[in-house]
Amino acid sequence: MALKIGDYKTDVHNDWCPGCGDFGIVNSIQMALAEMEIPRHQTAIFSGIGCSGKTSHFINVFGVHTLHGRVLTFAQGAKISNPNLEIIAVGGDGDGLGIGAGHFVAAGRRNVDMTYIIFDNAVYGLTKGQASPTLKLGEKTKSLPTPNTNYNVNPIGLAIASGFTFAARGYSYDVRQLKDLIIAAVNHKGLAFVDVLQPCPTYNDINTKDWFSGVDRIDETTKKAMPRIYKLEDTDYDPVVHYSDETELNQKKTQAIVKSLEWDEKIPTGIFYKNELITPYTRRLTDKIPNYIENPSALQNISKNNVPITKINQILDSYKV
Amino acid sequence: MVTDFTWMIGGPQGSGVETAANIFSQVFSKMGYQIFGKREYYSNIKGEHSYFAVRVSEKQIRSSVKGTNMLIAFDAETIFRHVDDVLENGIIIYDSTLENVKVSDVITFDNDFKERLGNLLKSKNKEDTVKGILELASENGASIHSVSFRSLLTELSEKLENPRIKNMSRMFNVLGVSLSLGLLMIPSEKLAESVNSIFSKKKSIAEMNVSAANFAYNYATAKFDNIGLKFEEKEIEENTLLVQGYYGTSIGKIIAGCRFQSYYPITPATDESNFLETNEILEINEDRPGSTLVIQTEDEISAIGMAIGSSLTGVRSATCTSGPGFVLMIECLSWAGINEVPVVITFYQRSGPSTGLPTRHGQDDLMCAINSGVGEFPRIVYASGSVSDSFYDTTQVFNYADIFQVPVIHMMDKFIASSVTTCQRFDETRVNIDRGKLLNEISSDNYKRFEHTEDGLSPRSKLGLENGIFWNTGDESDVQGHISEDPVNRVQMMDKRQSRLDYILEKIPESEQIVKHSEGDFCIVSWGSTQGPILDAIEMLKNEGIDIGFIEIKLLEPFPKELLKKSFSNSKTIIDIEANYTGQLGSLIRQNLEKDPDYYILKFTGRPMTCTELYDTLKKIVNDTAEKREVLTYGA
Repeated sequence: MALKIGDYKTDVHNDWCPGCGDFGIVNSIQMALAEMEIPRHQTAIFSGIGCSGKTSHFINVFGVHTLHGRVLTFAQGAKISNPNLEIIAVGGDGDGLGIGAGHFVAAGRRNVDMTYIIFDNAVYGLTKGQASPTLKLGEKTKSLPTPNTNYNVNPIGLAIASGFTFAARGYSYDVRQLKDLIIAAVNHKGLAFVDVLQPCPTYNDINTKDWFSGVDRIDETTKKAMPRIYKLEDTDYDPVVHYSDETELNQKKTQAIVKSLEWDEKIPTGIFYKNELITPYTRRLTDKIPNYIENPSALQNISKNNVPITKINQILDSYKV
Repeated sequence: MVTDFTWMIGGPQGSGVETAANIFSQVFSKMGYQIFGKREYYSNIKGEHSYFAVRVSEKQIRSSVKGTNMLIAFDAETIFRHVDDVLENGIIIYDSTLENVKVSDVITFDNDFKERLGNLLKSKNKEDTVKGILELASENGASIHSVSFRSLLTELSEKLENPRIKNMSRMFNVLGVSLSLGLLMIPSEKLAESVNSIFSKKKSIAEMNVSAANFAYNYATAKFDNIGLKFEEKEIEENTLLVQGYYGTSIGKIIAGCRFQSYYPITPATDESNFLETNEILEINEDRPGSTLVIQTEDEISAIGMAIGSSLTGVRSATCTSGPGFVLMIECLSWAGINEVPVVITFYQRSGPSTGLPTRHGQDDLMCAINSGVGEFPRIVYASGSVSDSFYDTTQVFNYADIFQVPVIHMMDKFIASSVTTCQRFDETRVNIDRGKLLNEISSDNYKRFEHTEDGLSPRSKLGLENGIFWNTGDESDVQGHISEDPVNRVQMMDKRQSRLDYILEKIPESEQIVKHSEGDFCIVSWGSTQGPILDAIEMLKNEGIDIGFIEIKLLEPFPKELLKKSFSNSKTIIDIEANYTGQLGSLIRQNLEKDPDYYILKFTGRPMTCTELYDTLKKIVNDTAEKREVLTYGA
């Protein structure tokens, strides 16, 4: 029986603020899972802490709501142990790029085959609106006593510099595009990162839905708002690294970073960078452990009728006097 | 006939002191002797002083003694630091070219030590040189054998017609151990065999070292005065192993089915992970090969996070660390606690506070292991007293984790980690695997991860299991695992988790909670690696007709209060022995039994206890001349 979006929804009451951008992300994940028809029990959502951390409770697959900044560590441990699982990690921008930045960088270096979605709204919502790592220098969102004194992190740039082999940006009010990006990320062989611009209606009074839609910028001739967001797929931008060549690789990385810096007037969404020529972690493990894929840790038998079946004779013999 | 003998070699870190000690240990183990060796080193890569003391004996030994019968030194620092350790009628072999080296020439001395040494030499009217301190040793009865290590190399290089050898001072270690074995008149083929096996990775290196060994050995037999010691060759006891201290937990993890270990490098814990990775591919009875995934992470937070993630897939998983790493794991440990995730943390303690003495021994993290955490949750803290025990205990702690669905902290320490010892071959037939309520299939679609049950333990699903979908959260949750702040649910869930502490005490057999080694009016209570020196000291006292009791507490959390009370009932005087400052087990006893131990024997110099120190102090207690708190300080 084909799975429907409804099958991926729990009946847990969703307590996000009305108008929160997070709703669009949860819907996109559920739509993506339904479209890919991934069996529920083969999927796990790992989440961090904060409003976005609750995401795992709203999706009817395995849900592991972890700790602030640590979501990637739990998720990688599970994926490496059982590579048959489809794993999507989610978290806020403070979670992933502030307290969890070290794990973010290390995860990029490993390139474990899974997806990481950051709910990027430039504020710490659940603790009432403090500046997060993606808030621009000098900006003063609603609950800040004084303007932000820190420079912002560029999530796409950091991902690429850290070794993520897929980097995309979505917008939570474009659910269809976001769903497609999530599907592309899940299908990507390696660690895929999706940065989702997600207006926090309560605390971010700068990057609002209206701001993204360009309500403040009316085209004089059409009298219509000129949206800030545009899609890379509507341009001739090519994010894919096509062959193993330093020039090609550097060009694609540089172009992605430069592109990701566009802001204010024109904000691109879509896939910035995709490179399947870097070995995923699975392959690196298979190089050491030939039957890793067929017989990963989670599938191994360790005992029969409570008796261990691992042979340690040879090891012990080598220390025999 | 010599029945108990200690041999010591020292030198700068990186000069192969450990290799020399391994050669010595192998030779004597192959002669049928029991071995107990310990390694001491600075937190440094090259240049600082390190030494290895190996004790050999006809009978079972589990610890070092104070002092050494023989000292091998190819650098001045070793002579200055250890001449004091040489026992009456001891033997020193040293490099004669060092004679005129002054105390002030040794740049690696700490100022405090330099001052103490200077004062000593001055008070004895000796010049402040190697010669001066050796005179002192000679006056104390040591027999001193001098040889120029450099000339040995030159002669060897001429003999082998290999000019490169002349400058190979990195072979001083092999020369030193071989000179000593020549002087002790150990059969030379034993030496060659052992050198060959230790350098077995590269044939040409092995050959060169065997030549050097034979050369030095022959030099000693020809040139050194006979010292009249004789070691008889004995039948090797069947099933004897010669092991490094961390083999117990490493091999224990392999047979227990631990298939995932994540770690961040830290002394003295890393050797274990290294061992597991070296042996990552496993032979399995009647099945395809298995494997242990050993993942080096970016920090200890990630190490435990990954281990928990792995455990959620049904894998037996672990991490291995020391104090400064463990404290980084606390938030994740608490998460494992509220989510009832079985995970094992092997905790090789060293001496704090903070980074403290990074490469030295200590047992000062007991309270940290028991109490660290966000909020209240059940955990097991379990301690092993020897390499051999740590093998069996490791297999048990994985069972405990699975059965009781709690994180288990397995306490080990630097003393065990860097000891080398003979022991009985680990007996696989004693190992069983119990995965508790872990499910392999679920037929109904009504599964609830934290369902209330009579024993408080819910059947455990795993990621990927059909019909077994669950949720986890670090927040308080309902039976499905969804966030709940309901006060009634809160009480039920706290009861569910916390009642496990009593359940654990009820279910773990008494003999696994406490080991009663012996009985007596005077009764020692201790935990962990003090076991070896205590047992050896008790034996020494027994030979004099003094019976001392010894209760080793293995299960430290939950604390076996009632069982301990019962075990103490026949003893009049309680002696707490620990390698820390405050007597942490003592405070647990005060807290649980409302009784203060009568005596404390403590050591916190970062050096392990010796059986002779304990013997001396216990004797003082028996003779009623001891202070309530006795502090041990032996060891460089």
